[in-house]
Amino acid sequence: MQVVEYLVIFTILFAVVAFVSAPVRRALVARGADHADDSTLADLEAARDAKYRELRDADLDHRTGKLSDADYEELDQTLRGEAIAIMHDIDRATIERQ
Amino acid sequence: MALIGRALLIMALGTAVCGIGASIYGARTGMREWVDAGRRSVYALAALATIAFAILEDAFWRNDFSFNVVANHSSTTTPAFYKLAAAWSSQEGSLLLWVFLLSLWSSLILFLVRKRAREITPYATTVLLGFAAFFTSLAAFWANPFTTSANPPAEGLGLDPLLLHPTMMIHPPMLYSGYTLLTIPFAFAVGALITGRLGAEWIALTRRFALAAWLFLGIGILLGALWSYTELGWGGYWAWDPVENAALMPWLCITAFIHSVMIQEKRGMLKVWNVSLVLAAGTLSILGTFLVRSGILDSIHAFGASTLGVPFVILLAVMVLGSIGLIVWRRDQLRSDARLESLLSREAVFLLQNLVLVGMVFVIFWVTFFPLISEALTGTKVSVGPPAFTPFIVPLALILVALSGIGPIIAWRRVTVANLRRSFALPVTAGLVTFFVLLFWPGGPSSRPFALIMFALGGFVLTSVAQELWRGVAARRATTHEVVPLATVRLVRRNRRRYGGYTVHAGLAILLVGVAASSSFQHSSDVILKPGQSAHVDGYAIRYVRPTESLSSQKIAFGAVLDVTKGGKHVTTVTTVRNFYPSQNPSDGLIGKFFDTSQADSQVGLDQNLSRNIWTVINVDPTPLAPLINKGNNVFAAYAPQVMTKAAKLPPDQAQAAMNGLWAERDLAVSEIARRFVTHPWPTEFLLIVDPLVIWIWLGALIMGIGGLIALWPVPSFARRRVQVASPARPAAPPPPVPVREPV
Repeated sequence: MQVVEYLVIFTILFAVVAFVSAPVRRALVARGADHADDSTLADLEAARDAKYRELRDADLDHRTGKLSDADYEELDQTLRGEAIAIMHDIDRATIERQ
Repeated sequence: MALIGRALLIMALGTAVCGIGASIYGARTGMREWVDAGRRSVYALAALATIAFAILEDAFWRNDFSFNVVANHSSTTTPAFYKLAAAWSSQEGSLLLWVFLLSLWSSLILFLVRKRAREITPYATTVLLGFAAFFTSLAAFWANPFTTSANPPAEGLGLDPLLLHPTMMIHPPMLYSGYTLLTIPFAFAVGALITGRLGAEWIALTRRFALAAWLFLGIGILLGALWSYTELGWGGYWAWDPVENAALMPWLCITAFIHSVMIQEKRGMLKVWNVSLVLAAGTLSILGTFLVRSGILDSIHAFGASTLGVPFVILLAVMVLGSIGLIVWRRDQLRSDARLESLLSREAVFLLQNLVLVGMVFVIFWVTFFPLISEALTGTKVSVGPPAFTPFIVPLALILVALSGIGPIIAWRRVTVANLRRSFALPVTAGLVTFFVLLFWPGGPSSRPFALIMFALGGFVLTSVAQELWRGVAARRATTHEVVPLATVRLVRRNRRRYGGYTVHAGLAILLVGVAASSSFQHSSDVILKPGQSAHVDGYAIRYVRPTESLSSQKIAFGAVLDVTKGGKHVTTVTTVRNFYPSQNPSDGLIGKFFDTSQADSQVGLDQNLSRNIWTVINVDPTPLAPLINKGNNVFAAYAPQVMTKAAKLPPDQAQAAMNGLWAERDLAVSEIARRFVTHPWPTEFLLIVDPLVIWIWLGALIMGIGGLIALWPVPSFARRRVQVASPARPAAPPPPVPVREPV
């Protein structure tokens, strides 16, 4: 019975080592991993999504009467300007990445 | 199988350590393959922990008493339903559960972000594997669930009777899911601090996990309260017990984070605050586990009091000092991008709400740990108890409820007084009407000012949420002309975070109204009754109709049928039971072990409706049976050794028959003695409580959970949702794809 248990343990151990080390072994065979830094882009995309949410929230706040027309117009313009700025930053980051 | 289990734990620990090394090496060199190997270590760890946990559950299921943990926490008579839960009633099993859940949630987040956050993720993986290595090493070297005995007992000690409750199947995994989920935002916050990538990305990646932690922890806390109310026999649902508090503190912290993170997402503000909240919540989640498992503070929950204190204290010290160090190191990058534009804005309300929540955490932490603090300073452990919380928590809770009504009806950035008036008119009116109606209501809550204010605030919050929903629906219908139900569903579906949050606010108001009512207007009576006698509580006459008794292989149940009337009219009939489980204490004797009061639990007799609960519990004192029990003990103390000596000389099958005969005679004696509770009933103690609006606590919590699920439900990303209005060729197309006006 213990032999079977040891057999199971070594099989699992082999499977774990093979699974975990696979990326490193593959890389040794064929190098050329993608080391590109996409964090800036990801940050900007997250900021863009948040800005979109903010625009939609402002729209909903206006339509539900929490923002006056004048406040909404001003806020909407500000937010759209900020969104455009983020989009330009994303464009720049995309070009730099390419 | 125990050998495989032990090997799996060692392998899991090795995998975690290798994964930490691979992740750090990958992060330092920028070599993706090593980062991938680190991520795969988490997947492998999850597989190993799953198999190990399955082996342990299988041992409980098969009554394999060669496993010490099974022998100590289960028995052949433990109901199958509870055998699976028995695993986490033990120190060893709960540590393995921690590793199992942590590895599952870690695998999920790392799978979801496998192609994103490439700088932060390796460090986050390192932190998650660090937690896994810590708990795996505890399970492998301090409290191994796979230790075995060469001479296993024929019968186990059984599960702690207090844990024989349906909520206990789910309560610990929910709490542990909450705790382990909190380590994910913690790990990514650490990763963001180490790499200096403190933008919006790490928050976007982990926000949903923070929300899931909030939800799971909330469910765990609620189930604990339900267990306390229906099992512990004291009539309450919250006792400010250290372990309850340990779960509440991270929940409050993460509640604050879920709100304040919106300010960072929208305005780039409160970066230090948010990262501090996440780090504090993660640390408090470890503190919660530590309190349950160390037994450092006296608690009904400290089932696993042990010597695990030192490793936990070291881990907590590393977390606290490391967090402070990282924040100080990155203080320049954590400066806000913007300033608060107006005190009349949702940001300002969120900020105030955050201060209230953190204030609550501080109060709870201080009072909970006061015994330890006093012992450290004066050498005497001073327990201050539940009354010390009330003067601080009640006013803070009132402010919190008020803010949960103000938040939904105030806009981001700034509002004009005219809009403010328009938004507040109806909710404030509703609150004032509630206040004055209840103030002058005959027999109303005017004598309890805090409760009265809470009811008024409840009216304010519910009206503000209803008004917000209605205005949203009206705005949608103005452009779509949909019918109201369809417009409501689509409005909520398109704005899940907003309306999920509002639903939570409504649920919180309902829950706290239930708490205020039930704690302020509870009527209770501790009485001793004989069959036929009655007691009066809050206008209800509760009559002890007759005693009941039942005997099974698991327990003796002494109960009572109680008839409740009001004004001569029958209201309900309830049955309450006190269960006595066989003790394993040899000094109780062969008969007395079945009547040990330390091995008893309660089954409350409960009748609940929307307006009040009638809660009853019997507390049977078996002292009148003592002469018979002692006599039985003496008889069997003399008789049993004779039978056992004879049986030892017989062939196994005859020996077994002889022993079975002995046990049958013992069971007959126990049955006859227990029967006297019905044939010769003696005056018995009852706790009788009439409590208003308790059910609203559970309903409020349910509504909060539904709100949490709405907010948690995945929505398509804006980038994908906007594809129809956005130009795909952005560099060449100047018009930016910002949202167009469309139905809300």
